Amino acid sequence: MRAAKADFWSGLALGGLGVYIIAQAWQWEYLGNDGPGPGFFPVWYGIAMAGLSLALMVSSVRSAHAETIDWSGAGRAFATWAALAVAVALLKVAGFVISFAALTFFIVGVMYRRPLWVGAATAVLAAAVFYAVFALALGVKLP
Amino acid sequence: MDIAAGLLQGFAVAAQPANLLWCFVGVLLGTIVGIMPGLGPPATIAMLLPLTFLMDPASAIIMLAGIYYGAKYGGSTTSILLNVPGESASVATCFDGYQMARRGRAGAALGIAAIASFIAGTVGVIGIMLIAPPLARMALAFSSPEYFALMALGLAMVVLLAGRSMVKALLSMLVGLWLAGIGTDLFSQTSRFTFGRMELLSGIDFVVVAIGVFAIGEVLANMEGREAAKALPVPKGLRNLLPTGQDLKDSRFAFANGSLVGFFIGVLPGAGSTIASFISYGLEKAVSRRPQEFGTGVPEGVAAPEAANNAETGGALIPMLTLGIPGSSTTAVLLAALVLWGFKPGPLFIGENPALFWGLVASMYIGNVMLLVLNMPLVPLFAQVLRTPAYVLYPVIIGIAVVGVYSTSGSLFDVWLLAAFGLLGYVMRKLDYPSAPLILGLVLGGALERALRQSLMMSDGSVSILVSRPVSALMLSLALLVLLIPAFGKLNRLRLQAIEK
Repeated sequence: MRAAKADFWSGLALGGLGVYIIAQAWQWEYLGNDGPGPGFFPVWYGIAMAGLSLALMVSSVRSAHAETIDWSGAGRAFATWAALAVAVALLKVAGFVISFAALTFFIVGVMYRRPLWVGAATAVLAAAVFYAVFALALGVKLP
Repeated sequence: MDIAAGLLQGFAVAAQPANLLWCFVGVLLGTIVGIMPGLGPPATIAMLLPLTFLMDPASAIIMLAGIYYGAKYGGSTTSILLNVPGESASVATCFDGYQMARRGRAGAALGIAAIASFIAGTVGVIGIMLIAPPLARMALAFSSPEYFALMALGLAMVVLLAGRSMVKALLSMLVGLWLAGIGTDLFSQTSRFTFGRMELLSGIDFVVVAIGVFAIGEVLANMEGREAAKALPVPKGLRNLLPTGQDLKDSRFAFANGSLVGFFIGVLPGAGSTIASFISYGLEKAVSRRPQEFGTGVPEGVAAPEAANNAETGGALIPMLTLGIPGSSTTAVLLAALVLWGFKPGPLFIGENPALFWGLVASMYIGNVMLLVLNMPLVPLFAQVLRTPAYVLYPVIIGIAVVGVYSTSGSLFDVWLLAAFGLLGYVMRKLDYPSAPLILGLVLGGALERALRQSLMMSDGSVSILVSRPVSALMLSLALLVLLIPAFGKLNRLRLQAIEK
C-alpha cells in the first residue's frame, strides 16, 4: 500500500475521532461561573485533531511521492495479535496458565514453525515458570 | 540542604543492603534489555511498574532508574557485535564499533564503550546534583500559567523531533490528550468519553497504554521477521577486553565531548539520546585529525556516541524531577511511576522528598560503578543473552505484560485494553506515527488541562493571562516558534536530517 494512501485513511479515521470529540464536548459546559467547564479543553483539541487530520488527508491526496509501506510481514504480526486476542478471551473460561500455554504453543509451533514437541515443551515450561514465579513466589493474582 | 549534606543522606539511603540489591537488579536488567534488540527501557519499566507497588518507593525508583541507564550500557554490545543496535541510541555506535569488531578488536570496542559510559554516566549524575536543586528553586515561582506554558513547550519540543511528519506527531500527541481526558472530570464530576463503561470512569491506566504501545507493539513489530542476526565472536578474558593506551589517548576528547553534549541535550525535552549520540559523533568527526577514518573502526567513533547516550540519562531526569515535565518516553514512564506511588514531581519534589531524590542520585553513582564492573568482565556472558530464541522471548514478554496489567487493576477489561493498545502501537509504527508524543500527551494531558483551567479561573476566563506574564509568554512564544519550524525550509531540512540520521 502506498504511504500516501495509508495517510489518507489514517487521517480520515483520526478526523472522525476529532469530530466525535467535538460532538461529545459540545454537550458539556464550555464556560461556567467558576471558569472553563469540562467541555472547554476537549473542544479545542478536538478541533485541532479534525483540522490536522484534514491537512494530512489533503497532503496525502496531493503527494507525488511513491513511498510504499512494507506490509509483507504484517500478516505474522496480525496473526500473533489475533492469537493474543483469543488468549485474552480464553482467560475468563480457562484461566491464565492454560491461555498462556496455548498462546506460547501457537507462537512457537505455528509462527516460528518449530517441531510440535518443542512448541509443547516451551508452552508447558513457560506456563509453569510463570505460575511458580508470579502466583507462588510473588503472590501475584493471575487472571 | 546543601549538596554535600544531600549527597551524604543519599548515600545513606542508597547504601542500604536492600537498595544496593535493587540497584544491582536494575542495572543488570537494564544491561540485558539494552542487549536485546527489540525490547527497550520504556517497555521494560512499564512492564515492571505494577510489581513495584509492593516495594519501598526509594528501592523502586533506584531499580527503575538502573534499568534506564543500564540499558544504555547494554545497547552498545549488539551494536558492536551484531551491527544491530539494541536501541536507537546505539545506532551511532554501530558505525565504528562493528568495524572494530570485524577487524578483530571487538574486545577493545566493548571496553571503550564501557569506559565511555562510565565516565559519561558519572558526569550526568554530577550534572543532576548541581543543576536540579537550583532549577527547582527557580520553578517555585511558577504558577498555573507558567506551568501550562512549560508543558506546552515540552510537548512542542517532543513533537518537533519525534518523527518526519510533524502533523502525525501532533495527531499522536492529541490522541494522548484525548486518552488522558477519558474518565471523570475532577472539577465538575462529569464523565467524559466513557462510552457508558463503568470501567472507564476512573480513566485509562497509564500502565495499560504504556505496556500496550511499547511492549506488545514491539513484540508485534518484531514478529514480522523470523530470522535472527549472527553475532561476531566475543574475545574471552578480561585482558582481551581492555583497550590499549593508544585507544584511550585517541578517545580522551570523545569522552569529554560526548559527556557534555549528551548531558545538555538530555535536559532539552524531545531531543533524546539518539540525537545526542549523533551530534556527539558528528562533532567528534568534525574536530578529528583523521575524519576520513571515521566509519572504518576508530575508537573515538565508539567513545563519543556511547558517552553521549549515557550522559543524556542524567540530563533527562532533571526536567522530569524538578519541573514534572518528561522529555522522552522513558522519563514519561518514570514520571508516571512516581505519581502512581503518590509523589508529585515538580519544584517541591526535592525539598519534600530529599531522601528519595538524593538516594536516587547516590544510587546512580553506585550503579555506574556496578555497570563498569559488570560490563568489562561479563560481556561474553551478556552476549549469550543474544542466543535467547525469539520464540521463547516474545511469549514471555506478552505474559509479563498481561500479568503486569492484571495485577494493577484485577480487571480483564484492562487486559483487553492492553491488547487494543498493542495493536495501536504496532499500527502506529507501520504508518509512521511516533509513539513518544502519544505517551507524553497521556502523561501531561491531565496536568495540562488543569493548569489551563486554573489559569483561566485566575483571569475570569481571559486567555490574556497566558501571554501577559513574561515567563509564560516567553515559553508559549518558543513553543509557537518550535511548531512553525517546518514552515522554514532550511530549518526543516536540519530537523529532518536530525531525525533521519
